[in-house]
Amino acid sequence: MIRSEILKEIAPILRDQLVVCNIGIPSQELHAIDDQPTNFYMLGTMGLASSIGLGLALAQPKPVIVIDGDGSVLTNLGTLPTIGNNAPGNYILMIVDNGSYGSTGDQPTYTGRKTDLAGMARAAGCDTVVEVRDVDTGPALQAAIDSGKATVLVVKCDSGNAKMPVITMDPVVIRDRFMRAVAS
Amino acid sequence: MNIDKKIADDLVANDIRFVTTVPCKQLAGVIEEVEARDDIFHIPSNKEDEGMGLCAGAWMGGTRPAIIMQNTALGVTINTLATLIQFYRMPLPMIISYRGELREPVACQVEMAVHTKALLAQLNIPTYHFHWQKDVEEFDNILKYTFMCNKPVAILTDANFWGGYGDQ
Ligand SMILES: Cc1ncc(C[n+]2csc(CCOP(=O)(O)OP(=O)(O)O)c2C)c(N)n1
Ligand SMILES: [Mg+2]
Repeated sequence: MIRSEILKEIAPILRDQLVVCNIGIPSQELHAIDDQPTNFYMLGTMGLASSIGLGLALAQPKPVIVIDGDGSVLTNLGTLPTIGNNAPGNYILMIVDNGSYGSTGDQPTYTGRKTDLAGMARAAGCDTVVEVRDVDTGPALQAAIDSGKATVLVVKCDSGNAKMPVITMDPVVIRDRFMRAVAS
Repeated sequence: MNIDKKIADDLVANDIRFVTTVPCKQLAGVIEEVEARDDIFHIPSNKEDEGMGLCAGAWMGGTRPAIIMQNTALGVTINTLATLIQFYRMPLPMIISYRGELREPVACQVEMAVHTKALLAQLNIPTYHFHWQKDVEEFDNILKYTFMCNKPVAILTDANFWGGYGDQ
């Protein structure tokens, strides 16, 4: 499965949750598949989805699901120790590990070679780290939500992108409607 | 006056309850103060752009944030300031140790000091420079201003403000 197929499958689970979504095609795909005020789309700032989600989870009690990418986690590796030492039970980091920089044309990342993100997360102090194949994403994500435990979910999947339109919504509109959804 | 305590008091008085830090020798006292306070959640970050991401999330979650960092890190935060904090219009007080200014003992620090105000000006970030201890009196107003206009605001604090480096 490629990222967009996974997002389609988990859209019903994501719909009612606060979601912070990675830059580029991941956000375009989520926006096209099921746009919700509870989605925070990153339009830039590669790497910071996991950090934004962590700040959000620490500041309020609702579950927060971060949809991140292997390339973005690799560029902000310092996030893993911060998560390992601070993440509250309402924090879920789901890393779509397609072994590539998908948005920029599927250039390979090191997770497609020797690097193991789940192992790095464990070594960084994350207590609950689950690695699944793409087809098992839905149940694993639901289990993470139900567990009430901070979870890093690494989803191994194929590289590839669906053709979706660029998000033209103004960033302040994205942020404002998201903040209203958080507060409601 | 204990400026470390005054800074922490003003943060709390302005309802700032989420503070991320990357250390600087000059900032050791204020970081210790922030860590010790029960009314502030202190979360050390590993890099300043990561810290700004945490602050963005905290603010969207309804908690006012601040970052405490060294000016040498300004370069690694430019993209985050432009594409996250400014693009989405978020408030962020940045308490920045202004290394490489008067009374600086380490020559290398001057190399980023000469770019600090230029970079902040290029980003149109409102910038205040604390040089005398009494300048801290303005801190409370700067925090109010930051959350009034939803912008990143820089407070540069130099060695003279912190009382120099002793014998170093
Ligand atoms: C600082 C920075 N460097 C590079 C880019 C270009 N870029 C945008 S998205 C992306 C790939 C992200 O890959 P990943 O997080 O694995 O997500 P995927 O698209 O594969 O799901 C890159 C390299 C950028 N936007 N910002
Ligand atoms: Mg990827």
